[in-house]
Amino acid sequence: MADQQIDPHVASKKIIAPGYTFGTVTDQIATVVLTKRTPVFWFVGFSVGLVLLLMFLLAVGVLFAKGVGIWGIRTPVMWGFAITNFVWWIGIGHAGTLISAILLLLNQRWRNSINRFAEAMTLFAVSCAGMFPILHLGRPWLAYWLFPYPNTMGVQPNFRSPLVWDVFAVSTYATVSLLFWFVGLMPDLATLRDRTHNRFARFAYGTLAMGWRGSARHWSIYETASLLLAGLATPLVLSVHTVVSFDFTIAIVPGWHSTFFPPYFVAGAIYSGFAMVLALAIPLRAVYGLEGLITDKHLENSAKVMLATGLIVAYAYMMEFFNAWYTTNPYEHAAIWHRMFGPYKFSYWFLITCNILAPQLLWFKRVRSKPALLFMSSIVVLIGMWLERYVIIVSSLAQDYLPSSWSIFQATRWDWMTYIGTIGLFLFLFFLFIRLLPMISIFEVRTLLPQAKVGEEAGN
Amino acid sequence: MNKPVYGLMAEFENPSALVAAARAAREKGYRKLDAYTPFPIEELTDALHLHHNKLPLIVLIGGILGGLTGYLLQYYVTVIYFPINVAGRPLHSWPAYIIITFEMTILFAAISCVLGLLALCGLPMPYHPTFNVPRFALASRNRFFLCIQARDPLFDIKQTSDFLESLEPREVSEVAP
Repeated sequence: MADQQIDPHVASKKIIAPGYTFGTVTDQIATVVLTKRTPVFWFVGFSVGLVLLLMFLLAVGVLFAKGVGIWGIRTPVMWGFAITNFVWWIGIGHAGTLISAILLLLNQRWRNSINRFAEAMTLFAVSCAGMFPILHLGRPWLAYWLFPYPNTMGVQPNFRSPLVWDVFAVSTYATVSLLFWFVGLMPDLATLRDRTHNRFARFAYGTLAMGWRGSARHWSIYETASLLLAGLATPLVLSVHTVVSFDFTIAIVPGWHSTFFPPYFVAGAIYSGFAMVLALAIPLRAVYGLEGLITDKHLENSAKVMLATGLIVAYAYMMEFFNAWYTTNPYEHAAIWHRMFGPYKFSYWFLITCNILAPQLLWFKRVRSKPALLFMSSIVVLIGMWLERYVIIVSSLAQDYLPSSWSIFQATRWDWMTYIGTIGLFLFLFFLFIRLLPMISIFEVRTLLPQAKVGEEAGN
Repeated sequence: MNKPVYGLMAEFENPSALVAAARAAREKGYRKLDAYTPFPIEELTDALHLHHNKLPLIVLIGGILGGLTGYLLQYYVTVIYFPINVAGRPLHSWPAYIIITFEMTILFAAISCVLGLLALCGLPMPYHPTFNVPRFALASRNRFFLCIQARDPLFDIKQTSDFLESLEPREVSEVAP
């Protein structure tokens, strides 16, 4: 196998740095998990997550004891933070599925090095998201009433309601994401089982790997399964945020009732999701020295996806004005007017700055090639997308048809504690994940190596 | 044969050597063989003639069952069990059923895909003879193994071993059952 002369300029464009072998790739990724030495970064991140998680548990405990009145939700703004956070978290999850499923079907090989932690991100984001509608129920211990089950009350969920569709969409999404993630993990769990020297770890990874031994027969079925799961997850991910947007569009509230919400929500979801992927990837690769596996090319590609989806979101904002004007409906006019110049104008213009103006910097290659700048712009986008959901939900509800019922939403400290608390839960789960499981798919990265190509001479 | 063996295992350094060896073994007439690799190799699937599996059919059946379950569940609830008359609109409001029908299709198809994968691979399997080969742990790292099983009609410990040696592997070892 002739080693080509690799020019460093070209090398930075590669999706895997030159010089890796099957062994070194395996060892580098597996060592992060199997080592006894845990970096300080991990302890710091995990502790932050744990502290915020405890705050979340406190907020939820008080919520259970006192009821949803501790939040700022008052008529007419009954959705407030809870649904904002729900939509935001679900959206963040979407990038993981996009990377693992859609980019797999499109044969984008660069996804191989980032899909594992992006899928984990999906799973944890959906866990955070799924909690809000339940906490928001008022009597969360009756959450199982959301599902149709044989009961003695003689009632069933109303299947004509988008809120019930949401239950099915989100629970299906969570289940399928978990299955897809686990199937992807199996071969890597086998690697960890074979590499660890710790008896307990060998038992645990061995149990989870279920006896995977890399048989060619298994691989051939496995490849079929990955493709099929990707094919199933692709329409699913598009449907989930569409169904989430139905929660709004099917209502007749001005500012919500429009047909472009589904594509607009899906684009926004992928936008915020890629921002989260970058926000996680940049510190991780720096701390664990994974620049050879998550290269600048990955960051640049993610930034491009962010820019593209950001432009779709910008277009959707323009269509929002246009539609409001074009309907000639005074309530729609008023809704947009209130959004831009009413009580929520600061949130609105701040979100425009974060979501539309700031990401335009990503047009410049110099910005895209600086991880620190990318990290900051992804945080800006995450804030912007949260504000977008907040403005859509709160400003539309606060001032609808009847001026006599108008009222302004004020978030309480419990609202903030619950929201920040789920960020803690996310960090907690994510840091556990990077400590216990390989954060990069080892077997898929092996296929990226030039050595993985079967040479011509094999034919004879 | 004095003591029973599961088969003979040859270890290769790189995928090209393994694929060449697998082709040679097929040509020689061996049929009960399997290869073990750290990542999927498409050429190997060709070399071992492994193209057909029933997984797509299982997923299709799962999907159809899921779709039917979703639709019939909603039909039963909204038309028979708990009919709600909204200004005389039809009880069988199929457009409203589409989403849950779709979600249930995906859910059932995905679950049958994973269960089908496990069933077709015969997993979970806590014990397998190949794990008796000490160097087999490298099959999940950087080595490529070809195993000819003893139940192959052409299998003869001496001849098969010589044949495998002729393929220039790193090592040929017996696999204890």
